[in-house]
Amino acid sequence: MDKISTENIDLKVKLLEDFREFESGLNGETKNYFHKIRQDAIGTFNELGFPVKKLEEWKYTNINPILKHDFKTTQHFADSKLSADDIKDFLFQENGVNLLVFVNGQFDEKLSKIITKNDGVFIGSLLKGRVILGEVVEQHFSKYANYKNQSLTALNTAFAKDGAFIYVKRNAAVDEPVHILNISDSRDESYLSQPRNLYIAEEGASVKIVEDYYSIGGKHSFTNAVTEIYCGPNSNLERYKIQSEGEYAYNINTTQVMQEKDSLFSDTTISWGGAITRNNLCAVFNGTNTECHFYGLYLLNGKQHVDNHTLADHAMPNCYSNELYKGIIDDKATGVFNGKIMVREDAQKTNAYQSNGNILLSEDATIYSKPQLEIFADDVKCSHGATTGQLNNEEMFYLRARGIGKEEARILLLNAFAGDVIDSVKIDSLKKKLRNTLSKKLTKEN
Amino acid sequence: MGNEVDILEKVTSSDYKYGFTTDVEMDLAPKGLSEETIKMISKKKHEPESMLEWRLKAYKLWLDMKEPGWANIHYPPIDYQDIIYYAAPKKKNVLNSLDDLDPEIKRTYEKLGIPLVEQMMLAGVAVDAVMDSVSVATTYKEKLGELGIIFCSMSEAIENHKDLVMKYLGSVVPQSDNFFAALNSAVFTDGSFVYIPKGVRCPMELSTYFRINAENTGQFERTLIIADEGSYVSYLEGCTAPMRDENQLHAAVVELIALKDAEIKYSTVQNWYPGDKEGKGGIYNFVTKRGICFGDNSKISWTQVETGSSITWKYPSVILKGDNSIGEFYSVALTNNYQQADTGTKMLHLGKNTKSRIVSKGISAGKSNNSYRGLVQVSKRADNARNFSQCDSLLMGDKCGAHTFPYFEIKNTSAHVEHEATTSKIGEDIMFYCNQRGISQEDAVALIVNGYAKEVLNQLPMEFAVEAQKLLAISLEGSVG
Repeated sequence: MDKISTENIDLKVKLLEDFREFESGLNGETKNYFHKIRQDAIGTFNELGFPVKKLEEWKYTNINPILKHDFKTTQHFADSKLSADDIKDFLFQENGVNLLVFVNGQFDEKLSKIITKNDGVFIGSLLKGRVILGEVVEQHFSKYANYKNQSLTALNTAFAKDGAFIYVKRNAAVDEPVHILNISDSRDESYLSQPRNLYIAEEGASVKIVEDYYSIGGKHSFTNAVTEIYCGPNSNLERYKIQSEGEYAYNINTTQVMQEKDSLFSDTTISWGGAITRNNLCAVFNGTNTECHFYGLYLLNGKQHVDNHTLADHAMPNCYSNELYKGIIDDKATGVFNGKIMVREDAQKTNAYQSNGNILLSEDATIYSKPQLEIFADDVKCSHGATTGQLNNEEMFYLRARGIGKEEARILLLNAFAGDVIDSVKIDSLKKKLRNTLSKKLTKEN
Repeated sequence: MGNEVDILEKVTSSDYKYGFTTDVEMDLAPKGLSEETIKMISKKKHEPESMLEWRLKAYKLWLDMKEPGWANIHYPPIDYQDIIYYAAPKKKNVLNSLDDLDPEIKRTYEKLGIPLVEQMMLAGVAVDAVMDSVSVATTYKEKLGELGIIFCSMSEAIENHKDLVMKYLGSVVPQSDNFFAALNSAVFTDGSFVYIPKGVRCPMELSTYFRINAENTGQFERTLIIADEGSYVSYLEGCTAPMRDENQLHAAVVELIALKDAEIKYSTVQNWYPGDKEGKGGIYNFVTKRGICFGDNSKISWTQVETGSSITWKYPSVILKGDNSIGEFYSVALTNNYQQADTGTKMLHLGKNTKSRIVSKGISAGKSNNSYRGLVQVSKRADNARNFSQCDSLLMGDKCGAHTFPYFEIKNTSAHVEHEATTSKIGEDIMFYCNQRGISQEDAVALIVNGYAKEVLNQLPMEFAVEAQKLLAISLEGSVG
């Protein structure tokens, strides 16, 4: 366990001090727009502090256990000590993918590999992107992820420095998926890493992005990531976020998507591990005929806590959103689902669907499900459903009557339950890896 | 299209049909809330010392509480010192027959289409009519008395059945429960009390007609219903209120207690003044209603038709404590103009094999906002709990809002919880189908809305179903979005 952790550390005060130190190390950068945003954001963080359970949005997730640790911000992080061998197990496909590796939020160039060489496509770190495509970054950075009432987004914005930056120009297509590997290396110290990602698909562009989160080491790690995604008119962006961290990892992950007309966005969020995980996902429809899909799967055991917050914000007419989140909860784990469909005035002809299914496997498992609809337009079709239960006895009987053992039948049924979500994955090698992980986790869970 | 606009116009501009004020002499307490006011209320009602202490405890708790701000409603701050906490009709004689009733009050009920005298008797309904805060007429009391049923006003109950009241009062909704319940506990003036003895099936629907009457009088009702082992009772509550400009606060508390094998059915039709077309005036309705299925195999069923009030804040709940107990909630909430409704239920599963069912139908028109907010909680020991929730919203017009905020907190693997919600408007194809068959626009909407709400209206006792249908028709005739 982490020896440094004590009850008395005030992480907020420490982070505010760290910011001053961070600022003094920036030299010439302090005058530009980027730093102005940072300064504004640290002010907001100072005002709001860390979220408390009293806030409706944090009703079921207590982040106090995170705040007890003395995390180092990654400006104190020396260069990555990882080798290609260390990360081999984390890859879903060795060749034919663009690989970006971040260790504790810092870009590791020597482990990364970019194979797409199209004109008008940039795949790399935000730090480098700001040099090459300064105007593009300025146009989009901090325009979608509002930090004014989100203290953790404010904290991330204040320390925003590096992260993945993907830019796909008008009508360009990236054929090879982009694999972003975020590794928390807490073998020596407890680190707070705050990756700041920006994905931009311009008009007619298309790209597939896989974000993976892993942790190594026996100390605590805290990842507070913010991702901003811009989908231009008629673009197609697929994003997969897979969280496979260990039992000492805390992960708070905020994604804010802006969709222009006729665009298609699809997100799959899979949570395999981590002590406390919070996923915020919000898509705003800024044009007509947009379509978005949210898929989610959480498979929890031990004392894990996963909180999924999603919002499909229908601000324009004729849009479609579809959401499917499923959870299997075992041991003393807790799952939270908070999905919201917002249909604003004038967003007529909206079609929105939302479904959340949960299976509890143990006496001590808990699920909090809160599917919400907020509707201000009349010509809409919105529906949501939520179910919580256990394995269906009749299905179980059917299988057992055919000579399938109890354990085998159980795994078969759970695989089928969770399989719905994995089926939405369109990258075959990734789908295969996810299926393997699922089967392994289900088998091991006994 | 022009036709639709006309109809919409007609409906949204139709005035509150039941708006009039009755002139009855009033005995008023001075404005404001203090220990003195509470002492005065308690004294006026000849209450025992223990009751006064109970009230003062609630008052002290209330002083430290904050008005809840989480609901999806907006209203100007309420000045609790600008409210008269006690108003009673001055002439208070014990009535032997209904002929002794104040003719003014009698006329009020007649205007409302509630012929208290004969038709109620014919209908077999005993009415404990509440005019503001003090009961003025109680019927059928003797007949119920023969069966051992106690059906009287709260103040009478405190005087005559002190032990029973003190045992159960606040046992379901404690003084500290929430801001409005604490306020009610401190200053409640009257309400109804029902006790059904062991094994008795109450032969008639018990009914109370609440009326809010005096200017600036907050209405604080307190209702307590106890169904002893193996008994059954169906209770009706209906409301209409006179027209006025100033907002009136209403913070009632209703407590239901069902012991082993008992069943309570509680039905409400609420049609208080919703405010005018600009949203001015109207009643603020902050109600705490909760029942407990205390014994095994007991059942509590809430049915509500909410069409009035400018603000409705109401979550009739059931605590399913006994094994095999059942909780039900059926609701139609209709909002028009600037009305706001944040209503729903809580089903707390504590016992084994408990079941709950929630059917909520929201209808929003005009510029109103209608929210469903419900909690289904299954505790660790509630094995084989079963819940089904269905929340549908119907939108009429493009300026209104319909919202659904369901909460599920499940801590038991054997729980089976399902939730479904849909939001839609009246389909053009359905309208076309009706029109094509010679059914006018207006009739078609009435038909569709009645069909939409039928699942809930069917739960109402006969007498109420008629009134409820009328209410829906008045508010919604022809509102095609």
